[in-house]
Amino acid sequence: MILAGNSLYRNIYGFFVGLLPDGLSWLGLVITGLILAFVFVNALMIFVAGVVYLERRVLGRFQSRLGPNRVGPFGALQPIADLLKMVFKEDVVPAAADKLVFAAAPIVMVVPALAMMAVIPYGKNTFVTDLNVGILFAIAITSVSSLGIFMAGWGSANRFATLGAMRGVAMLVSYEVPMLLSLVGVLLLGGTLSLVGVVDAQRIPFILLQPLGFLVFLIAATAEMNRAPFDIVEADSEIVAGYHTEYSGVKWGVFQLAEYGAMIVSAAVLVTVFLSGWQNPFVPQGWPQVLPSQLWFLLKVGLVLFLLIWVRATIPRLRIDQIMGFAWKILFPLALLNLVVTAVEVQLVPNPNTWQLWVLVAINLAVAVGAVVGFGAAFGRRRTNPTASVTLVSLQAEVVR
Amino acid sequence: MTYGAGIAKGLMVTMRNLFRKPTTVQYPEERLPQHPRFRGEDFVWYEERCTGCASCAKYCPLGIIKIVTSPSGTQTQEGEKYRLEVFDIDIARCMFCGLCVEACPYDALHMGSGFERGRYARNDLTIHIDELKSAPKRPSTWFRPQLEAKGYDPFSGETVPWQGVSRASKNDPTKEEMDSRWVERQ
Amino acid sequence: MTNLQQHPEPPAELEAEPVVVNLGPQHPSTHGVFRLRVIMDGETIQDVEPIFGYLHRGTEKLAEERSYTQVVTLTDRLDYTAAMSNNLAYVLAVEKLAGIEVPERGMYLRVIAAELQRIAAHLIFVGFSLDELGAFHTPLLYGFRERERILDLFEMLCGARITVSYMRPGGVHQDAPVDFWPALDRFLADMPHYLDELQGLIAENEIVVARTKGLAVLLAAKAINCSMSGPVLRASGVAWDLRKQDPYDVYGRMQFDIPVGANGDTYDRLLVRLYEARQSLRIVAQARKEIPGGPVRTQAPFFIRPPVGEAYGHVEAPKGELGFYLVSQGGISPYRCKIRSPSFINLTALKEMLVGYKVADLVVIFGSIDVNMGEVDR
Repeated sequence: MILAGNSLYRNIYGFFVGLLPDGLSWLGLVITGLILAFVFVNALMIFVAGVVYLERRVLGRFQSRLGPNRVGPFGALQPIADLLKMVFKEDVVPAAADKLVFAAAPIVMVVPALAMMAVIPYGKNTFVTDLNVGILFAIAITSVSSLGIFMAGWGSANRFATLGAMRGVAMLVSYEVPMLLSLVGVLLLGGTLSLVGVVDAQRIPFILLQPLGFLVFLIAATAEMNRAPFDIVEADSEIVAGYHTEYSGVKWGVFQLAEYGAMIVSAAVLVTVFLSGWQNPFVPQGWPQVLPSQLWFLLKVGLVLFLLIWVRATIPRLRIDQIMGFAWKILFPLALLNLVVTAVEVQLVPNPNTWQLWVLVAINLAVAVGAVVGFGAAFGRRRTNPTASVTLVSLQAEVVR
Repeated sequence: MTYGAGIAKGLMVTMRNLFRKPTTVQYPEERLPQHPRFRGEDFVWYEERCTGCASCAKYCPLGIIKIVTSPSGTQTQEGEKYRLEVFDIDIARCMFCGLCVEACPYDALHMGSGFERGRYARNDLTIHIDELKSAPKRPSTWFRPQLEAKGYDPFSGETVPWQGVSRASKNDPTKEEMDSRWVERQ
Repeated sequence: MTNLQQHPEPPAELEAEPVVVNLGPQHPSTHGVFRLRVIMDGETIQDVEPIFGYLHRGTEKLAEERSYTQVVTLTDRLDYTAAMSNNLAYVLAVEKLAGIEVPERGMYLRVIAAELQRIAAHLIFVGFSLDELGAFHTPLLYGFRERERILDLFEMLCGARITVSYMRPGGVHQDAPVDFWPALDRFLADMPHYLDELQGLIAENEIVVARTKGLAVLLAAKAINCSMSGPVLRASGVAWDLRKQDPYDVYGRMQFDIPVGANGDTYDRLLVRLYEARQSLRIVAQARKEIPGGPVRTQAPFFIRPPVGEAYGHVEAPKGELGFYLVSQGGISPYRCKIRSPSFINLTALKEMLVGYKVADLVVIFGSIDVNMGEVDR
């Protein structure tokens, strides 16, 4: 089952089985698994370093600064300098901390990001495993990070950390609902739970067929990865650093790894599900391809990451009650609406041909625009120009000297 | 008002700034231009002009200028003069308000133009008389309109000799007259 | 200060107890070393006890043993984001006390400097407010970028950027250099675009509006009762501005409007300051146009000996009414110097504004009062 259709796995396995004597072929499976795990985990770490560097540079330019530019060419070695600094830093554990929970929390945080790497197709035939419940696995494993946040916040015995942990659990649990619902529409259209299969099912990117689902998923995923404007978990101006206030050194570094790893992986899932994954958006499958499919995947992930950085540079943070209200009052109904519309469409047109597909695209776009505008109008009915509350008053100076 | 317009406006603002030249000036390699009036910390003191009146020490709000003088019969300048034995400015406590410079009646003390006099020990922060004597004379034009009128810029690297900082006009007594006046009194 | 033991009883069936959290003195958004002892029920604030004095330097006492001119340098350090306004308030008090006349050109230069300082202080306020709302430093850095232009102008005027010590009893210490005026013209031409950009970034942003509209409403009566002044009072709907009500220097000749808020909420406090910066630009432009020639300073002696008496000089500082109350016994230094600092007095209403809101609102509300710890603790 593992070997079916996975050329990456099969090639490495074939290489080792050739080396090993007969009867030890099971060892080949183990070695192949270990090699792949090693490569992918380290690849994630390198990508995290790169994304942290790029985020700092791009954020810097958004803010009219330069960002790190001292270590190495264009500051590209800054992540290595940061890593060295973190390794040599004292690892402070608060006296009142629950030592075991405190130490375990970073590991629990980093596991979901690493585990999700297993099911994402990075290119044509480039994936670790084609899990037939890949989307379900991705959603399920993400939830573990809320456990890590709560462990960190509780174990620190710090009130800011506890506040951050409470916020984190409340928010993450809420946003899983619209996130999952927005994916169900894709499942109906694609007819598969496998992330590898979803890419093959996208004759046109699902963002066109599921614009509403894409929007809900993008917002919910931003919340899931604790990014602005949903970064209340570690709101630096309010609760210092949230759940990782008390962490330092390598443990803090692991938190950063987990956070940025989750960001990259979530962006990868978003690309896979809605932006047709590794497929070239301009040249259809089967035609000669100039760029390798892995590069297309990277480009799309980079685009999503840029969007996230852009939003972070611009938008202030929401309050906890507003965030919860947004999830349940706006995202949840939108996701349900998307699900209902998609279900009806799939029932009416089970196997759309090309023109039917574009009709569906038009309908779905209309539904999305209508829903968003309708919600905006419903909530903004009494909304006036906010700047009107301040007026200029002309006064005569009372005494003229 | 529709929802989303304000956020889109904000996103456009940040996007415009992404393609602008960054404001950052990378300090040790690049420097911001400083105005000649900049009140810097390396004070410029002209031994020849100083009479040891200690106005600067008296006007200093923090009392960080220490002056010890002894009578002198030899050196004569624009005023009647003491020999200066100690002239210490404790930069560690100085707040660069410039009142000492404002107070100096003989234009002997001037603000400096630099800001990089960092040291590893507090004691090293005091500017002693020897350093004041030997330091390059690049006075700030702060409170020295006569220097400003000449268009002097301390950042050009040009130094000013003690004769050049006077606000004296042509009608004032020359050095020879002053010397003779001094001799007569003796 | 209220008794912190009197928190409401938690419901019997739920074993929950309020949490005491110390915000500060080491906290990212307390504007210096301010400490708030907050009693919270989950995220909701039940009680607040402000504790300050960490930055107390004894300015009032120090002033008693320095000459009148030397005290100018101490006033720079009160509200270090608005040193020009502090200088102006102090020299006005000394001039009233000693009966010193100021030449016209000196007054105009003081008005220009004080209004530029107001723009700089409001830019800092807007930046930090948005930072507290969570905008990740972008408006803050834009504000600082634009403030840098003003600091460059100050460097031209007086050789320093923050601790200016520009004004003296009897005028300003020195006339502006010739290259100041073209630089000021360039600044006046560029600044409206900068303010437009800043306003576009924040004023209509839905999240800013959602976070600040209707937050911590301070009614006009309450604001007056708490002796609030400055933009906080004007945001509550009271058109009170000392530049109009008691025009000092040449403000009586200037044409400018006063932005007044309708609701008295945090959003109005934010926007009032943005609008004020525009009005300050108007004042600077007028003063630049009308400025006469002549001396900038009356030759007052360095060691002024005012007659026995007392005087109160006040200005509309960026944060509110800043007043210096000086008592003279005929000596070279004030017998008593009392500073009415707007930051300190504007904190009076803090508790009423905070109770009942979330901890995320706490930093925003506290920031919207715009306090500066150098001025609160003096």
